[in-house]
Amino acid sequence: MGEFKVHRVRFFNYVPSGIRCVAYNNQSNRLAVSRTDGTVEIYNLSANYFQEKVGCEDGSVKLFQITPDKIQFERNFDRQKSRILSLSWHPAGTHIAAGSIDYISVFDVKSGSAIHKMLVDRQYMGVSKRKCIIWGVAFLSDGTVISVDSAGKVQFWDSATGTLVKNHLIANADVQSIAISDQEDSFVVGTAEGTVFHFQLVSVTSSSSEKQWVRTKPFQHHTHDVRAVAHSPIALISGGTDTHLVIRPLMEKVEVKNYDAALRKITFPHRRLVSCAKKKQLLLFQFAHHLELWRLGSTVATGKNGDTLPLSKNADHLLHLKTKGPENIICSCISPCGSWIAYSTASRFFLYRLNYEHDNINLQRVSKMPAFLRSALQILFSEDSTKLFVASNQGSVHVIRLLEGSFKHLHTFQPQSGTVESMCLLAVSPDGNWLAASGTSAGVHVYNVKQLKLHCTVPAYNFPVTALAIAPNTNNLVIAHSDQQVFEYSIPDKQYTQWSRTIQKQGFHHLWLQRDTPITHISFHPKRPMHILLHDAYMFCIIDKSLPLPNDKTLLYNPLPPTNESDIIRRRTAHAFKISKKYKPLLFMDLLDERTLVAVERPLDDIIAQLPPPIKKKKFGT
Amino acid sequence: MVEVESLRVVRCGGSELNFRRAVFSADSKYVFCVSGDFIKVYSTATEECVHILQGHRNLVTGIQLNPKNHLQLYSCSFDGMIKLWDYIDGILIKTFIVGCKLHALFTLACAEDSVFVIINKEKPDVFQLVSVKLPKSSSQEIEAKELSFVLDYINQSPKCIAFGNEGEYVAAVRDFYLSVYFFKKKTTSRFTLSSSRNKKHAKNNFTCVACHPKENCIATGHGDGKIRLWRNFDDEKKYTYTCLHWHHDLVMDLAFSVTGSSLLSGGRESVLVEWREAAEKNKEFLPRLGATIEHISVSPAGDLFCTSHSDNKMIIIHRNLEASAVIQGLVKDRNIFTGLMIDPRTKALVLNGKPGHLQFYSLQSDKQLYNLDITQQEYINDYGLIQIELTKAAFGCYGNWLATVEQRQEKETELELQMKLWTYNKKTQGFVLNTKVNMPHEDHITALCFCNAEKSENPTLVTTSKDGHFKVWILTDDSDIYKKAVGWTCDFVGSYHKYQATNCCFSEDGSLLAVSFEEIVTIWDSETWELKCTFCQRAGKIRHLCFGRLTCSKYLLGATENGILCCWNLLSCALEWSAKLNVRVMEPDPNSENIAAISQSSMGSDLFVFRPSEPRPLYIQKNISREEVQWGVFVPRDVPESFTSEAYQWLNRSQFYFLTKSQSLLTFSTQSPEEKLTPTSKQLLAEETLPTTPFYFILGKHRQQQQDDKLNEALKNELVQLPLTENIPAISELLLCLSLDVGYLFW
Repeated sequence: MGEFKVHRVRFFNYVPSGIRCVAYNNQSNRLAVSRTDGTVEIYNLSANYFQEKVGCEDGSVKLFQITPDKIQFERNFDRQKSRILSLSWHPAGTHIAAGSIDYISVFDVKSGSAIHKMLVDRQYMGVSKRKCIIWGVAFLSDGTVISVDSAGKVQFWDSATGTLVKNHLIANADVQSIAISDQEDSFVVGTAEGTVFHFQLVSVTSSSSEKQWVRTKPFQHHTHDVRAVAHSPIALISGGTDTHLVIRPLMEKVEVKNYDAALRKITFPHRRLVSCAKKKQLLLFQFAHHLELWRLGSTVATGKNGDTLPLSKNADHLLHLKTKGPENIICSCISPCGSWIAYSTASRFFLYRLNYEHDNINLQRVSKMPAFLRSALQILFSEDSTKLFVASNQGSVHVIRLLEGSFKHLHTFQPQSGTVESMCLLAVSPDGNWLAASGTSAGVHVYNVKQLKLHCTVPAYNFPVTALAIAPNTNNLVIAHSDQQVFEYSIPDKQYTQWSRTIQKQGFHHLWLQRDTPITHISFHPKRPMHILLHDAYMFCIIDKSLPLPNDKTLLYNPLPPTNESDIIRRRTAHAFKISKKYKPLLFMDLLDERTLVAVERPLDDIIAQLPPPIKKKKFGT
Repeated sequence: MVEVESLRVVRCGGSELNFRRAVFSADSKYVFCVSGDFIKVYSTATEECVHILQGHRNLVTGIQLNPKNHLQLYSCSFDGMIKLWDYIDGILIKTFIVGCKLHALFTLACAEDSVFVIINKEKPDVFQLVSVKLPKSSSQEIEAKELSFVLDYINQSPKCIAFGNEGEYVAAVRDFYLSVYFFKKKTTSRFTLSSSRNKKHAKNNFTCVACHPKENCIATGHGDGKIRLWRNFDDEKKYTYTCLHWHHDLVMDLAFSVTGSSLLSGGRESVLVEWREAAEKNKEFLPRLGATIEHISVSPAGDLFCTSHSDNKMIIIHRNLEASAVIQGLVKDRNIFTGLMIDPRTKALVLNGKPGHLQFYSLQSDKQLYNLDITQQEYINDYGLIQIELTKAAFGCYGNWLATVEQRQEKETELELQMKLWTYNKKTQGFVLNTKVNMPHEDHITALCFCNAEKSENPTLVTTSKDGHFKVWILTDDSDIYKKAVGWTCDFVGSYHKYQATNCCFSEDGSLLAVSFEEIVTIWDSETWELKCTFCQRAGKIRHLCFGRLTCSKYLLGATENGILCCWNLLSCALEWSAKLNVRVMEPDPNSENIAAISQSSMGSDLFVFRPSEPRPLYIQKNISREEVQWGVFVPRDVPESFTSEAYQWLNRSQFYFLTKSQSLLTFSTQSPEEKLTPTSKQLLAEETLPTTPFYFILGKHRQQQQDDKLNEALKNELVQLPLTENIPAISELLLCLSLDVGYLFW
């Protein structure tokens, strides 16, 4: 396996944005998550909860206030005094419930008049709070309106009579969100204390048909406000200020209790935010509104395995590049030579030329980018930094030749006819001959860069691609999918390699398939063609193709055996997957040279330290 | 005149009141609880015991109201019988003989002529819930052998079984699973919690269960303090539950209110929690109930709750969570360090009670009179915490003074010791702290005694300690310009060759003080604190020391750890006699010369009653208890008995009570102690139930007179009864040996 000098990078000051809203679509089994920085993420719940798309339409948070004034214009609705914070339609579309401050109004859509104004009690545990904000309302088909408010109450109202039916005091803080299941037999609410409560409609006695809403299970997966909840047929989904997206399957709806029934907690994006200029030892970090360029520190010391070496030169923050305008950065890249930086927002593409003069850096923007380059989803430089590949959201891949201070558009690989799928992953071979591009679900296309034509298409697979890379010399394309399968495809032979066929026949280790996070980066060792280096957020793995594959009986996560152990045992227990969990959460890992690795970690504690303080709760025994 | 056939050892009250849930009568006027072999009926208003239902021959394990007649009560016992009682009159109506050990009883309104009991089959820990058909018959004793099986592998505690929704289903919990049996469908659903192997859930085992009276809802208590409310449990897949969590330690019992609108829970926190609407945020507390809540019961009328506590107490609580009555038995869940004492004023038995308290317990009425807080510190209920222990107490000067010693030892070198002297305040009718002495000795106090001589003008207290000293404390004037006051100060410190002082004792007239230093007994003049003489028998350390009384006041008795009982003559300063007897308890009778000694052997404990003047015992009773007897005491009788048989004459003036290691309080009697209780309680009941008519007044007066006559007669008899020492059969078991080779010397 070999020893590496590892740069442990912890200065990537990345903080995911808090979740503001989640929406679940039953037909496609996809989940849309909006964050406070304006990004929208789409998760495919069928494909192992993989984050498929990121849209950054607008860099600002826009709060849309829906007041009935507009409706009044059309339908002559009654005018309300205070603002409305939540709305819910009756499933039949005849009524609207609107949550306001201190009261809930029920409107008749036809007549446009408020038929009921239901006043909410401001009292909270005997103390009168200033105002009671209705954070959420839900209208059920039987006419029941469920409201959640800032006094910690979940209340059931009869919209026909405008009376309070039942009151559940569930929290000492605000209840901020509510989501109803499609069958209307269960709903979920999220509180500012980070707790998610599940309510169910259960029959009072087994003999009678009378049913009542009962608070059943509480879930405490969040530390901060739960700003948004969603209810899929089999799971409760919640997200909030603490930036985690939590998917909690409902055990009673799960058919088989396998690994799919486990809780999912998604913290880090399923895409790369870091790019690396290997030769210059530079790292480019992508934030929502700026880029940071760092030079890695260096050391002259040597030490044993496991030693921490003292730095002779500290890491340097070279550049802080702010975006123009309010838009978020979608993707960014630094060229392997370190002299080009490219990034793209939702509407514009930027390319910069970097000149290094001793310690000074001269940044020069390349102007007059062509219009077709706007809104790129992925940017990649060739190994010799002479070509730039840009995957656009129209499904095409543009090839641009870079000259000193200028550029030339060489070619555009157009998408296959009939598909409008956008390309979001690119990989180029180190010799610069081959370019692989992949969308979310269709197969991987391999283009011949020299001849500028499509070489072949890797057969489509059910699960989206999470990472792509082309090995040096052999030009084998390694593809990782969201169901944790890894394929190796020989580009010259246009077929899967023997090793890939073997591992598909034998199957991956069950623990490998049960990992939570997708593989986000694949790289290769220049001197060891049998090695594939890949990582997800919680592990780093070297696949040694020369060693036997593990079966379900062997230990997958074997810690590196101590050196004094006899060679025989070591060889007997050795298998192809060498896994290290030393670095986590791992955002990026790559090989700088034969003996040096760079690992970018982002400890969760550092993220929590940057979040606003949560609501203080007395903990028993403290 | 009572003719006696034999003297037997009887339990004299003090049995557990908290063994099972209490049961209320339908009108909430009475509360029933099992108490040893009996069932006690208490008035909820007056806290008085109005009836003791006797008839079972073993521990009573369950009581329930008869659902068809709410004036009747069913009970079951380890003796294999179910009995039906009329509790108003205290009459046994019927006995159903089941035959096997019955562990708990349940009744259902809808179950026709059958009750449910827990029995154990074959293996000792396999318990079953079965229904017993009670045949209709006019005879008093009926065999009820028709058992039908309901549930298997259940917990033997009745807290782990609950019937729900008017007998539609029964829920049982054990370890980590809940089983629900539906009577109509005849199916069992079973729900398992994640096992104990999972560290996070290591303590989530079930401890108790209760069913909602109206809805399909089961509440279960758990070892980690959580309460789970189960619903939809008729579907093994779609079941769901809610957690309520307030208790930090295991939930001991749960009960729903009659309407089901609130749930009551209790545990080691000694706080009754009422969960209203089964909501986590809507809860009310009744704190500071004194001890762990073991059972909770609710009256059928819904106006009262009753909690049973580990300190042998029941509290009647109003619906608005206000405690209205306390029925306190003998507190038993602590080690007894102080021994048994008699308060000279109230004649109450005094011993360790609640932590840091002395309890005053009336032997006559079998209830606690009051608790005296000695340590005066908040008791923190936590496992593994080293608490302050009340180790010694003594009454002096006819109950005017009380001396107590408390200690706490966290480490070997850190001993915290405190001696407190309490004076009786006539105004408040209670003890008031007078003097507090911090570290009265360097080491543990081994004994303390007051000089109780009639003529002594100045109260004197002696303490002995392992530090090798004994200290004499006297009451002195502590007045200053602001107030007149008295206080205790140390008057004299004595020691003998650095030996540990182990025991002390004043002679009856107070002129001599005997202090034992390990193997040596020293006699001190209490006027001048001069060492008069020493006795040394070389027979092991002295364990007990006491002077003879009345005509035997010239004798000093000492019992050693090597099993030798010695009697020294103080006039000749020589050993009068000695006997081989492994004495565990040695108690002098304050009203006679008699001394009771209890010896311990492998067979059990034996009682010997003797006089110091004679080496032959007056009375021997073998095997008074299988266990080790730890403490004993003579209690002077209010009304002397008049046993003619010379063997029992030692019981004429005083009664002897003793406490075994398992803390059963036993005594000797020819009649059951309940007979004494009944006249007053019956009277109370009569007063409650009967209208007062002129006829009643006449009759009542007549009855009173009769009782007075009887009393006078008894007193007269007592006067002529002088203890006879003749004609005692020689006892071979007691090896007597007179020896004269005593080492004595005058100082």
